[in-house]
Amino acid sequence: MSYAVSMTVNGKSVSGDVEGRTLLVQFLREHLRMTGTHVGCDTSQCGACVVHVNGTSLKSCTMLAVQAEGADVTTIEGLANGDELHPMQAAFREHHGLQCGFCTPGMVMSAIDLVNENPDPSETEIREWLEGNLCRCTGYHNIVKSIEAGAKAMRGG
Amino acid sequence: MYDFNYHRVGSTDEAAEKLKAAEDGTLVAGGMTLIPTLKQRLASPTDMVDLGGVSDLVGISVDGDTVTIGAMTTHGAVAGSSDVRGAIPALADLAGEIGDAQVRHRGTIGGSVANNDPAADYPAACIGLGATIVTTAREIAADDFFTGLFDTALDEGEIITAVRFPKPKRAAYMKFPNPASRYALVGVFVAEANDGMRVAVTGAGEDGVFCVAEMESALSKNFTPDAIADIAVPDGGLNSDIHASAEYRAHLITVMAKRAVAAAG
Amino acid sequence: MTATGIGAAVKRVEDFRFLTGRGNYTDDINRPGQSYAWILRSPHAHAQIKKLDTSKAAAAPGVIAVFTGKDLEADGIGGLPCGWQVNNKDESPMAEPAHPALVTDKVRHVGDQVAVVIAESKDEARVAAELITVDYAPLPAVLDMNAAIGGGALVHDDAPDNTCYDWHIGDAAAVDDAFKKAAHVTQIDIVNNRLVPNAMEPRAAIGDFDSATGDYTLFTTSQNPHVIRLLMGAFVLNIPEHKLRVIAPDVGGGFGSKIYHYAEEAIVTWAAGKLRRPVKWTAERSESFITDCHGRDHATSAELALDKDGKFLALRVATKANMGAYLSTFAPCVPTYLYATLLAGVYTTPQIYCEVRAVFTNTVPVDAYRGAGRPEASYLLERLVDRAARETGLSQVEIRERNFIAADAFPYQTPVALAYDSGDYGATLEQALTAIGHDKFEARKKKSAKAGKRRGIGFSTYIEACGIAPSAVVGSLGARAGLFESAEVRVHPTGSVTVFTGSHSHGQGHETTFAQLISDTLGVEFENIDIVHGDTGRIAYGMGTYGSRSLAVGGEAIMRATNRIVDKARKIAAHMLEASEEDIEFKDGTFTVSGTDKALSFGEVALSAYVPHNFPHETLEPGLDETAFYDPANFTFPGGCHICEVEIDPDTGEIKIADFVAVDDVGRVVNPMIVEGQVHGGVAQGIGQALLEGCVYDDSGQLVTGSYMDYTMPRADNLPSFKVGNHATLCAHNSLGVKGCGEVGAIGSPPAVINAIVDALWDDGVHDISMPATPEKIWQAIQAGQRAAAAE
Repeated sequence: MSYAVSMTVNGKSVSGDVEGRTLLVQFLREHLRMTGTHVGCDTSQCGACVVHVNGTSLKSCTMLAVQAEGADVTTIEGLANGDELHPMQAAFREHHGLQCGFCTPGMVMSAIDLVNENPDPSETEIREWLEGNLCRCTGYHNIVKSIEAGAKAMRGG
Repeated sequence: MYDFNYHRVGSTDEAAEKLKAAEDGTLVAGGMTLIPTLKQRLASPTDMVDLGGVSDLVGISVDGDTVTIGAMTTHGAVAGSSDVRGAIPALADLAGEIGDAQVRHRGTIGGSVANNDPAADYPAACIGLGATIVTTAREIAADDFFTGLFDTALDEGEIITAVRFPKPKRAAYMKFPNPASRYALVGVFVAEANDGMRVAVTGAGEDGVFCVAEMESALSKNFTPDAIADIAVPDGGLNSDIHASAEYRAHLITVMAKRAVAAAG
Repeated sequence: MTATGIGAAVKRVEDFRFLTGRGNYTDDINRPGQSYAWILRSPHAHAQIKKLDTSKAAAAPGVIAVFTGKDLEADGIGGLPCGWQVNNKDESPMAEPAHPALVTDKVRHVGDQVAVVIAESKDEARVAAELITVDYAPLPAVLDMNAAIGGGALVHDDAPDNTCYDWHIGDAAAVDDAFKKAAHVTQIDIVNNRLVPNAMEPRAAIGDFDSATGDYTLFTTSQNPHVIRLLMGAFVLNIPEHKLRVIAPDVGGGFGSKIYHYAEEAIVTWAAGKLRRPVKWTAERSESFITDCHGRDHATSAELALDKDGKFLALRVATKANMGAYLSTFAPCVPTYLYATLLAGVYTTPQIYCEVRAVFTNTVPVDAYRGAGRPEASYLLERLVDRAARETGLSQVEIRERNFIAADAFPYQTPVALAYDSGDYGATLEQALTAIGHDKFEARKKKSAKAGKRRGIGFSTYIEACGIAPSAVVGSLGARAGLFESAEVRVHPTGSVTVFTGSHSHGQGHETTFAQLISDTLGVEFENIDIVHGDTGRIAYGMGTYGSRSLAVGGEAIMRATNRIVDKARKIAAHMLEASEEDIEFKDGTFTVSGTDKALSFGEVALSAYVPHNFPHETLEPGLDETAFYDPANFTFPGGCHICEVEIDPDTGEIKIADFVAVDDVGRVVNPMIVEGQVHGGVAQGIGQALLEGCVYDDSGQLVTGSYMDYTMPRADNLPSFKVGNHATLCAHNSLGVKGCGEVGAIGSPPAVINAIVDALWDDGVHDISMPATPEKIWQAIQAGQRAAAAE
């Protein structure tokens, strides 16, 4: 069965025809050809697929596209303002918070949501928040530093 | 996953209608269990009825000594609710440890309770606090609601609308997570309620949540960790897998129970 | 040091695209008209295929074709080749059973490839695959290495005793003699646990065929596209190399698991030619668990002989190494030439003998995973040394210092083939002791004890051999390829530079660090340097990235090519400045005539090379583009000291890493930020091995730890922030003096963690613990220790 779905992605109205079972991440990657959001596992644990829906981070691999009908979706592609990086993106670059880059889109989206909920997170709070974001390259050390710096920048510091 | 017909509804009446009309329908709440299950092709419902648009089911209210949580309220909302933290902090703590941040943004109490995963956290709180599960048809006491592994007293087409928790004198939840899945290997909810002591254990039992009567009795006389330090739960009937043997889980029950008692104050 | 030169912590060029979601990973790529492949995999660990019926699948909606092993055979498609031959003790060659891309008669591990369905969509392919009927006759699953060699079912009929090879190195007689003189012998039995590499990007491959030109293209998640082109083109698909282009675009981590030539690469490439359409395959994570090569899986028994002063006299080692069901590309060399040759460690042990038996089992093939053989060697040595200290009453520091190869003893020839060029093990130990606050450990231990916790400290002084490798040496040891590297440095007329490197970056940041080499040497603006990697169509040749070789071998090739650029540019400058070559100085991107103010920028010289009007045509060709192939003279030998401090709750066995120090000697550091990042990542994987990770197979050969629900990946809340330092002794045989740093973290850390646990629990009667040291394992060990104490 085909369903017409429409939503806003990174400020732009988009629509498409999907099946009931089409995942939000599939809609983004395959229908909209926005491949910044990644698929890293099949048990909803790795977090590579994290996007924001109506201002909250969630796993786009565990949500149906139809469930995002009318929603306001932000993906990694929607963060920068032209060439100007979002403070969290800039912080990840400054502090070498990425290596292969595969977990990075989900990691950055998750980090921004953390700071939205908790503007000045401690190292422990950051490490606990990242329970749903796996990284195999960095050992998380620089990701934590990046998020601390990104939080500070988002606070205006 | 196998394909299905998708229905977005605005009320539980509409949901019940759609379920009745379906060949093999299922409700979806947060989807944090259902969608992974469908992705593994472990289930193939013909119809999926989404409660995501039923705003009536979302909300937290405190009325005197009762906390009522709407079935579609997310774990994140419960964890962050000053109402819940003020009335039953153990419940807010428990919700804050379910899954990860993104799971908590979608997973719901109704979904968790209806599923009765033997390693889920909420069933321990429901039993521990003597909660009432409110459905479209009736009200069911927690003790009567959780009937076995992934099994509840819900009739076909019956939909949870809210869970009501009486405020305990004191309570705490201690969870020892599976290091990989982060579900409870052992989770112990200790509560001193008006009608008595509860020590509800999740994660460890082969059939889901169970209570440790001996500990409840000991704590009634003396609410201290020492009072239960020497009470060992037998390992028969406890889960055993690569992450924890039955023997280890039995030991952890006592340790977690002691910690919960200490935390409950 | 300039802001973008060697030694500077330059921020990464690659980050912009990764941070803005514009990476180009294989699954992101879509070719016009592409079809999708789904592989039907064996649910059995070991079974005969009696009947295989694909007819219903072929007729299913959306299906374009269904292929089996018989179709590959009919087309003369070869099996996946092994790239290294190891010989037995009697010099006879190892058993080398066939490794088919799609099986014909037998499946040998859960996940083995049985058939491929190609359809218009991935889902249609998957649904159709479920319609393939396979009549399996299960056979006994060979899972345990001891059982495997003890007679019974054979994984391969042409590998008796399920043995691939029975190899040795060293002088057994001399070792026996030394043991006779020993004042003390320490014995240990250890297991190096099997791991799943789990790069976050699942493997993927897209095969494409251009019927107009007859050219094949393979996009693949590979660490080494030229190697794939060679192996697949020459040995599997019979496609000449000039008709086959392999592109490894952005790759999301490898750690060794993406070195090998996998069946899916051959299948999609071949199928694309058959169907005249692109064929795309992407692994599900659950597929990755049962098809990506696993790592480690050694069982070892070893003895160390010491004299009365605690000096090591001899080491005797017997190891069984699991190959899995088939020989993966480099598998045979990992437990031999990358393991046993490291058994001197950082010590002066004069006599060493090691036997290794490689065993086939009905499990996923095993091959190199971050460290590849060296973590196994370090783990053995540092556990053995730790125990020897305890048995002889020497401190952990003392026993090591007494046996260190002295800082002035280089070059140092070990008794196991390798000759180390430089190192200072005392210095890295000292630095690490200071960093962890060793002198205050006892006070911290007492404080923990007051809170009812056990605290322990564990050491690991390790060495490794990387910068792989001198071709003649590895050739003599059975390698079927060379291990040199190539670099083409192309200066453009306007002075910008493109470097074509045979190395591949899948997280290592070469686009930045290699550009630093150019910036430093040529003085070119950083923004004007482009590093190209991962495409056999653009790069002459390369052996790829693994074995911490990119800087030591790839970087040296770049330096040689760049120096040729400088030499030629100098000649051009001399002509333009009307001076003799000897009077030309080149510094900070400018050529000057010494003693004058006559000068030319590098850019001006570059333009002249391409617009050669004022040019020494009699002696020089136009253009400014040099290629170098570099074959290293030796391996490189990073080493160092890792120290781990743990705190254990005896009530539950829960363990916390209170502190972790890594002081590594990686030679010259080109980008300290990158080096630290590599060490962090390696240490995290090493801690993962020590505390969290491990494959579990059940009795029927099912991988129980087949998803993240059961395989414990290190998460941010499992790990502390690390203290990383370095102390450089330069590599003696490359101009940069670099040793490589990608794997040291995973090599040094596991023994430090386990030794810390043993230290914490020694007085509880726990003298040994295996990896992963989970809370239950720790708790059970304490219980056992207490019961033993009570029994006395």
